[in-house]
Amino acid sequence: MNILRKKSAANLPFSETAIELFIRLCGISSIIFVFGIFFFVFREGAGFLFNGLDLGQFLTSVEWQPTSLNNKRYGAFALIVGTFSVTILAMCIAVPFGLGAAIFVSEFCSPKLRETFKIIIELLAAIPSVVWGFIGLTLMNQLIIAVFNAPIGLTMLNGSIMLALMSVPIIVSIAEDALKAVPDSYREAAEALGATRWQVVYRVLLPAAKNGLLAAVLLGAARSIGETMAVLMATGHSVNIPSGPLSWIRTLTATIAAELGEVARGDEHYQVLFIIGILLFTITFVVNLIADLVIKGIRQDS
Amino acid sequence: MFTETEISKRKRQTENVMRIFFLVMTSLMILPLLLIIGYLLYKALPVLSLEFLFTNPKDNMRAGGLWAPFLGTIYLVVVSLFVSAPIGIFAAVYLNEYARESWFTRITNLAVVNLAGVPSIVHALFGVGAFVLFAGLGESILAASLTLAIMTLPVIIASTTEALKAVPMSFREACWNLGATRWQTIRRIVIPNSISGILTGVILQVSRAAGETAPIMFTGAVFYKNITEGNLFAYNITEQCMALSLHLFTISTQVPDVTEGIPYGTAVVLVGSVLLVNAASIVLRVYLRTRKKW
Repeated sequence: MNILRKKSAANLPFSETAIELFIRLCGISSIIFVFGIFFFVFREGAGFLFNGLDLGQFLTSVEWQPTSLNNKRYGAFALIVGTFSVTILAMCIAVPFGLGAAIFVSEFCSPKLRETFKIIIELLAAIPSVVWGFIGLTLMNQLIIAVFNAPIGLTMLNGSIMLALMSVPIIVSIAEDALKAVPDSYREAAEALGATRWQVVYRVLLPAAKNGLLAAVLLGAARSIGETMAVLMATGHSVNIPSGPLSWIRTLTATIAAELGEVARGDEHYQVLFIIGILLFTITFVVNLIADLVIKGIRQDS
Repeated sequence: MFTETEISKRKRQTENVMRIFFLVMTSLMILPLLLIIGYLLYKALPVLSLEFLFTNPKDNMRAGGLWAPFLGTIYLVVVSLFVSAPIGIFAAVYLNEYARESWFTRITNLAVVNLAGVPSIVHALFGVGAFVLFAGLGESILAASLTLAIMTLPVIIASTTEALKAVPMSFREACWNLGATRWQTIRRIVIPNSISGILTGVILQVSRAAGETAPIMFTGAVFYKNITEGNLFAYNITEQCMALSLHLFTISTQVPDVTEGIPYGTAVVLVGSVLLVNAASIVLRVYLRTRKKW
């Protein structure tokens, strides 16, 4: 006892404080990185954002002509519409499946089957986005041409299906957590009144877990908005206000990925791409923040 | 005995219909996974061989194998692991062992969530701004790996936090009562008891980093680079490299007349390695759960 105390007392001053300092530094690294991301992206785009860029044109014009010689236009409206339309369509596909699967896995499933399904969903989440893009480019492209008799299958629908498959795992896992967080006493009370499983789900669990389910949908949407490679390869990549699921679109993310390699540093076009980055950062930051507040909301209620 | 009333019959029927409906919903998500893997394998079968893995792309990437991109991906993943594993593990130690309930901890947790939510292409812009230009690393394996490391940090933090939470509080209390300091407790008790859970997170980080394309596109990965076949040390970390994910993008969209089967083979190798690594992490996790003593 004595020896131990002596040893630890002798060690404490320097090594202990040094290591604690290091741990604290690592602890706040996420804050540093989030600010760092904003700072460095902002730094590259700031010059043109405050001095030269017509913000009204940027947000409302559909003319994206950054390489035109005598009529340069930086209208990102079509790109914003592209991003949101492909995301909304993807959510229309992913939300019913995601919530349905979450309900099945958490309420209707035997424990063994649940483990299997969760592993498969995890594997689905692991497939890289460039591979989804490749599937969109090959398999889904042919399928859409065959099914809809379309001239080309690289459309908003194609991108949405890929995004839906990518965001379903997130929706399932967060929605399942939300359903699990509902206390068992709720279920038992409803079952004691003679409710069937479905009645428990529909009348008790869905209302009780609605905040968590909303957060699941929001985080799925945030993932879709930020996705790059899949939409770059699968949506046809042409600046266009979509008129239906079979039109071509281009998204904010895909524009950066496709054009950043071809611009000179410090160029107006280069800076506009960073401004698009700021816009994307802000959108996903706000969506994530709302989702977090919604989740925290349920924690305080229960 | 009891005869079924109209109401209970209807209840039973809806119950069954709903059960089957949700089962179909879940199965419909699993179908694409099998379908995609099957389709890729079927199309890739003519080119898949060990030689495919160990030869360089040839003939302007229209033929040949995957050696240079495959080795490049390994370099990127390993270097990023060296950065993100220590930072991520210690960040989780801080959040779980040191941080108290306060607004600052709340903000730290929020930052982790938001870091995970930043789009990959914004990470790429950050990598260009911070590492390639500001830090002067140029487009290099180092710059790309650092970008990947920051992007995958939340993966490690989340799974390490989970592993640390699984260590019972009584273990720590017993250790403190013996006079150990906080760090001694962490080093001798908390980390040894959660090391396998931490490892799961590290493996997941590997699989995540291996598949990313956007963050490395402008920070260090190139379309084509010729290296010696069979030499494991063919890349220098201050230079650029090829990468599997970017290679798949290039040969499926930028290069015309690629030999049929090669893009599929590349996709199979990429998906295969990512899923294999993931499966390893899942097996480890399941094994640990059965072995847990407390």
